[in-house]
Amino acid sequence: MAEEKEGGLVFHPLDQFIVKPLFGDGPVQWYTVTNLTLWMAIALLAIIGVFVLGSRGRAVIPSRIQSIGELIYGFIYKMVEDVTGKDGVKYFPYIMTLFLFILFSNYLALIPMSYSPTSMIAVTAVLGFGVFICVTALGFILNGPKFLGLFWMSDAPAILRPIIAVIEVISYFVRPVSHSIRLAGNIMAGHAVLKVFAGFAALALVSPFAIFGIVAIYGLEVLVCGIQAYVFTILTCVYLRDALHPSH
Amino acid sequence: MATETTDAAGVCVDAGGSALGMPQLCADWMSNQVFWLVVTLVAIYFVMSRIALPRIGAVLAERSGTITNDVAAAEELKNKAAEAEAAYEKALVDARAEAAKIVAEAKAEIQAELDVELQKADAEIAAKTAESEAAIAEIRDGAVKSVTEVAKDTAKELVAVMGGSADAKAITAAVNARMKG
Repeated sequence: MAEEKEGGLVFHPLDQFIVKPLFGDGPVQWYTVTNLTLWMAIALLAIIGVFVLGSRGRAVIPSRIQSIGELIYGFIYKMVEDVTGKDGVKYFPYIMTLFLFILFSNYLALIPMSYSPTSMIAVTAVLGFGVFICVTALGFILNGPKFLGLFWMSDAPAILRPIIAVIEVISYFVRPVSHSIRLAGNIMAGHAVLKVFAGFAALALVSPFAIFGIVAIYGLEVLVCGIQAYVFTILTCVYLRDALHPSH
Repeated sequence: MATETTDAAGVCVDAGGSALGMPQLCADWMSNQVFWLVVTLVAIYFVMSRIALPRIGAVLAERSGTITNDVAAAEELKNKAAEAEAAYEKALVDARAEAAKIVAEAKAEIQAELDVELQKADAEIAAKTAESEAAIAEIRDGAVKSVTEVAKDTAKELVAVMGGSADAKAITAAVNARMKG
């Protein structure tokens, strides 16, 4: 280890996730403007750029940026409509907000030296548990006690029903955990691996392999960023469908 | 708490600026992350639901309306084209029929003329033939008469030369009998 340190092979793959105040050196309070704030703001500005400025012309024949916005709009709208049904369409703006925040944060995090808010477990936990709490509350408000029918398989054999109910309840409460850790884990692991390869690139002998590895992992990350945003959104839609139509 | 206040970066970062453990699990930063996340999400939600989504939805609806109208117009034009084609086909069929009629008429006319001419020619040929036959019969009769006369004269002369006096009537009868046989 000592030898490696002398050769310049010091890498801290997790340092990229440190939250730093943007102005001054004080402790990070809940209101402090940090690098995380900066990159969330950049994501917000990018979303405004694509969806508000891009569609400014309201053109029937869209400009390039407007057609990107329309493509994403149509994609998510169709997903919400297909998965949750016609009555789920009124929740489309919320799901669109989630999708856009995750998608833009994921892709902006691929810019070198940037910060990735979606790799923070606190961020994705708020998203995941937020979805879980909203969907559960919605299920009880819309269906009342009938929402509990979600856990009661009426077409299963009578002996198995209580066992299945227990399993269903456990799996229901695991949902927000897996929902949030899936996203944070994927993004964090990808960025950490990129950093490890980057650290190896300092070693002349293996640097060609390391750089090839960085390119390959980066390409993989481009896929993962889109797929994770998609997975998070479609799972939200699935949970929402359960709340709207709890009967199996 | 003492370390937090003295160390500028907080408890999750060591003196060298490296992370202690996973920065994701640093409890000191979580409230900050949650606060800014909520601010960002609310901002995105208001921008999207108030401005962007209605606008894009309206554009998409307008476009699909335009496309529907255009498709209907295209359908109409297509029907018109089909009508025009049908009319053209009909005109073509009519013209063909007319042409066939004219051809048939012309053929009949020519045939009639031809028939008349043929009959005329046939009659002429028949007349000529009859004339020729008459002439031939005349010639033949003439020839037969001449032969008879020549035979009578020759028979008379022969009889006279042989030294007999011949009865003209008997000789004529004999020649006639010979000629018949």
